[in-house]
Amino acid sequence: MTVDTVTDLQHTVEDAAAHLYVWALKDIPQDLRDALADAAGKETSVPGRRVLSTILRNVEVADDEKNLVCQDTGIAVYTCRVGEHFPLHPARIYEALRDGTARATIEHPLRSNAVHTITRENTGPNIGHRLPIVHWEFVPDWDGLDVKCIPKGSGSENMSFLKMCVPADGVKGIKQFVLESIVGAGGKPCPPGIVGVGIGGSADYALYLAKEAIARPIGTRNPDPVVAQLEDELFELLNETGIGPMGLGGDVTVLNCHVEHADTHMTLNPVAVNYQCWAARRATAHVAADGSVEFDREF
Amino acid sequence: MAVHEVTFPVTDEREIRKLRAGDEVVAQGHIIGIRDRTQIRIFDQGVEPPMDLRGAFLLHTAPGVRKLEDGRYEKVCIGTTTSARMVRFTEPLGARYGVRAICGKGGFPDEAIEPMREHGMVYFAIVGGAAALETTQIEEIEEVAWEELMPECLWKFRVKDFGPLTVGIDSHGNSLYHDVQAAAEKKLEELYARL
Repeated sequence: MTVDTVTDLQHTVEDAAAHLYVWALKDIPQDLRDALADAAGKETSVPGRRVLSTILRNVEVADDEKNLVCQDTGIAVYTCRVGEHFPLHPARIYEALRDGTARATIEHPLRSNAVHTITRENTGPNIGHRLPIVHWEFVPDWDGLDVKCIPKGSGSENMSFLKMCVPADGVKGIKQFVLESIVGAGGKPCPPGIVGVGIGGSADYALYLAKEAIARPIGTRNPDPVVAQLEDELFELLNETGIGPMGLGGDVTVLNCHVEHADTHMTLNPVAVNYQCWAARRATAHVAADGSVEFDREF
Repeated sequence: MAVHEVTFPVTDEREIRKLRAGDEVVAQGHIIGIRDRTQIRIFDQGVEPPMDLRGAFLLHTAPGVRKLEDGRYEKVCIGTTTSARMVRFTEPLGARYGVRAICGKGGFPDEAIEPMREHGMVYFAIVGGAAALETTQIEEIEEVAWEELMPECLWKFRVKDFGPLTVGIDSHGNSLYHDVQAAAEKKLEELYARL
């Protein structure tokens, strides 16, 4: 592959990132729309019904006005699945994602949220040191690239929690921690949303897995049946807490609960919770080795 | 649960006292956008705000805007941020400036209940994230002060049919957030026993 072709591919990925960022902010996925409509049908509390009908109206207005669903353009988080034979190196894929994020922010224009973590001064158009954030997965015997953009709002990200449970706490300890985290969060993370839980691995990896969990299509289940059962149980328990839409009380506290796991040390039992608000924004693209792009190929 | 229409700024305290936790409110008139850095400047750095806050409706926001050639700002997307971070300003906003309503998302913790009762203030819960709708209810950005804090300036918006809002905390000592949290904590004990 020639240098020019590789440069073209980097531009293609940059264009895709710019498109994904704005698209994710404006047009929430169909599975989420269905889950919100379903929630509105189930809710019985007066303030809860008011919140859910306003949410549904808001999604329609965003469509009609071609405006953002929520003003918080978040921090841009991308998940990349990179094939072993994809012709662009991840170092260049990262540059493309960063440049695409910046371009979309300037051209739309989008609110820029990026600041230096100590000085609080703006660091650029939603980019900065280690921003955007990219999760990587490398796939053998493949020449494609899948990119998912997850603009992550701060209201929900601020409601992230980690506990190093001990093995003797078992699965009961995991459930208790998830329940107390979501009750403690109350209305702050814009419920009803997706609760992402990461278990096992190490402290940092559990949090990483919790973020992977919120990025899944809503209601999907972990392929490990033991973990899938935990997802079902947590989903049911969380909706018994009565926190309700926007924390004003009601039947629907969460739209779903996803759990990702890693095997861990025999003395560890880490549990991490990451919350994704009701406007669980997510958009995906597939870039082929020849530079053709297909949008909304979910992974 | 009653439904009210209230025009801001309010001049009569009874307009606020009649609102009860859980009621629905639609706001008209003018509202003022304010955020963390704006209030840090007023209260921690002691700088007097260049807008009259008496009877005001304050909205916790950092709007997405476009600056026009004549220096005015045009709305792009205006939504609401999490209120809890700013609860400590409730008492001085009521006592010193006569603010009547604070609107945000996610609620205020219990420390807001007493100042709101004493100074005749309410907390309005808006639907967080519903910014596309909120933007259509803001007719115009009429004034901007402290532009150097962009986007955390002081903003004056003219609104029409702003809402629906839910009275989260009223001026009689009632808080939906307190009640929901207390019930949830009790429920947790029952759930833990079942695990």
